[in-house]
Amino acid sequence: MFSFIKKYTETMEHSTIYPIFSLLVFVVFFVGVLWYVKVMDKKEVDTIKNLPLEN
Amino acid sequence: MQVERFQYDNKTVRNFAIATIIWGVVGMTVGLWVALQLVFPTTLNLQPFFSFGRIRPLHTNAVIFAFVGNGIFMGVYYSLQRLLKARMYSDLLSKIHFWGWQLIIVAAAITLPLGISTAKEYAELEWPIDIAITLIWVVFGWNMFATIIKRRERHLYVAIWFYIATFVTVAVLHLVNSFELPISLFKSYTWYAGVQDALVQWWYGHNAVAFFLTTPYLGLMYYFMPKAANRPVFSYKLSIIHFWALIFLYIWAGPHHLLYTALPNWAQSLGVVFSFMLIFPSWGGMINGLLTLRGAWDRVREDVILKFMVVAVTAYGMSTFEGPMLSLKSINAVAHYTDWIVAHVHVGGLGWNGMLTFGILYWLIPRMYKTDLFSNKLANAHFWLATLGILFYAIPMYWAGWQQASMWKQFTPTGQLKYQFLETVTYMRPFYAMRSLGGLLYLTGAILGMVNLFKTIGKGTLVANEDAEAPALEATHEKHKGEHWHRWIERKPTLMLVMSLIVILIGGAVEMIPTFLVKSNVPTISSVKPYTPLELQGRDIYVREGCYTCHSQMIRPFRSETERYGEYSKAGEFVYDHPFQWGSKRTGPDLAREGAGNNKKSNAWHFNHLDEPSAISTGSVMPSYAFLIDHELDTATTASKIKAMQTLGVPYASGYAEIANKELMDQAKLIAANLKQDGIEVGANKEIISVIAYLQRLGTDINKK
Repeated sequence: MFSFIKKYTETMEHSTIYPIFSLLVFVVFFVGVLWYVKVMDKKEVDTIKNLPLEN
Repeated sequence: MQVERFQYDNKTVRNFAIATIIWGVVGMTVGLWVALQLVFPTTLNLQPFFSFGRIRPLHTNAVIFAFVGNGIFMGVYYSLQRLLKARMYSDLLSKIHFWGWQLIIVAAAITLPLGISTAKEYAELEWPIDIAITLIWVVFGWNMFATIIKRRERHLYVAIWFYIATFVTVAVLHLVNSFELPISLFKSYTWYAGVQDALVQWWYGHNAVAFFLTTPYLGLMYYFMPKAANRPVFSYKLSIIHFWALIFLYIWAGPHHLLYTALPNWAQSLGVVFSFMLIFPSWGGMINGLLTLRGAWDRVREDVILKFMVVAVTAYGMSTFEGPMLSLKSINAVAHYTDWIVAHVHVGGLGWNGMLTFGILYWLIPRMYKTDLFSNKLANAHFWLATLGILFYAIPMYWAGWQQASMWKQFTPTGQLKYQFLETVTYMRPFYAMRSLGGLLYLTGAILGMVNLFKTIGKGTLVANEDAEAPALEATHEKHKGEHWHRWIERKPTLMLVMSLIVILIGGAVEMIPTFLVKSNVPTISSVKPYTPLELQGRDIYVREGCYTCHSQMIRPFRSETERYGEYSKAGEFVYDHPFQWGSKRTGPDLAREGAGNNKKSNAWHFNHLDEPSAISTGSVMPSYAFLIDHELDTATTASKIKAMQTLGVPYASGYAEIANKELMDQAKLIAANLKQDGIEVGANKEIISVIAYLQRLGTDINKK
């Protein structure tokens, strides 16, 4: 399977970029989520929060 | 603004509720049965259809996909309509979804005892059923998304996020793990081999726990706990962090099922790190759930529904604390393959899923039937039986697991292994008996619950279509001043779906792509050769009988294991294994080198042992496989099996399929002749011959020159 790309990746010469990329993805993701939560509108949060109790 | 009148569909919710009650009792009964099989192996293993290896998958599939599955759909169909202020998009789709899912369950209940199994844990169902699952899942997703699109509430409450992530991820997991090559209507080979198959399987297996047993139930928790407590969730912001962190981290954690195995070390380490981090979102969610009851704790004393929910969320907290701990390599070295893991999953299954399901049922059924619960006393009795049942189940299994591990690992002062494997098996039996008592208590509670709920149904009348009204949603939303960009995420379900998909694909891709593409991750061993046709047939019988439910084929690099079982297992030894058979539990000994070194036994030993295990190994809990002596091996499939293996890349010579049966008979006759020398008369064409051939082959290749 994947033989068409296998020959290019079997040795993975630039593999050091891999963990760095992973770490970046990770940090960016969590900073993003925390920032998103921080800037949320309080009034709107209260509206959404009470949705289950409406009916 | 014009107010629209519409009706909620309660009938589908009711149908799923009844299904979850009935399948729950059925699945738990089978669970009790398999538990008792380990206490009374000779009387309770009704061969061949109801042996441990065949009905243990029936138990796991029934409780996961039938009990919890119907529980998910019950809760989703109820809460989704109300959170979106809209009836489900299509009654027909709801009906197809309900009946299709029940048919799949029935198909599973028939095929698993027949030995029709892929031997991949929690994904044992064969390819036609896999296709049916895919179709019905699409129906579910279609119905859900179409409802979301025609909704009357602009915001998507966090429970719906969990439902969307569940839908997307289960679809991806199921499709990737079920990639298989059919060779007949009831038999297929998985596309992946050995280490890669193991990685895909446990990426699936772990995330089945994550996205079938956890995320949808968290969605239900975020809806039904506020309902039952009559107050909003403690922190909505925390629930958002909980959601994104959980789905991002969970998908990476699969390799913690494969620590110290032949899986490349970097993948194991990734699994450990992410599993450990999971404790944060999990506990965030648990705390959020429990704190929702702030100011209402006095009601927990009286309200049986809240009692169920509190135990459920507490069990969620305990098992999600234990999970990260078990993922640490040093703890995993002790716990893996033991009954500790069985205790762990049952705290989650009985505690989190079971208690939440019943809590929701007790809340939901009286409301839909416009009546009161038939008996609060009975519900309280159920609660205490279930809670005690969990304790009686888990405590003996924790004890047993520790003891098992320490007995496996102990050496005498002169450097010999202190215990024979069989001694650890006989030591376990009282614990298995106590655990069965726990199961019996829990099941009794569930039956009381069933009676109570059915009596409630009997005294009320279903409001099949519940009247509701809400203003229509404005066609376009004017962005008002000062609005933040992120507000559209809560309004755009498709964006939510795509983002969930991206988030869950990252972890899977980072772990899987290199294992598939980088050659050095699975070093080849030149002396490892494909199975002979007879061994291949024997292997398929091993798969059919579910031997993997009790026997591992993976020797970890510990002295206690290499002394007992021989050289530790290498990745290159499994390259022709479709599917891999590493197993996850050692009720019996590891079989990775059953045919090699000190483990090697005569053909006659295997014959007698399969015929009557306890006659050879006194105190063994293995069921008898005497029927293999009578059953004739089906050699009509040999050619197609060899051809399928060739398609999957197993290097049999071209044209080998045509001569395979001749070679098969030659090898079978040799084994039959050898047995005859030991005074055993058996035809070369019997199934047992092929199983012996397979067992004798296990682990021998790396010693060949």
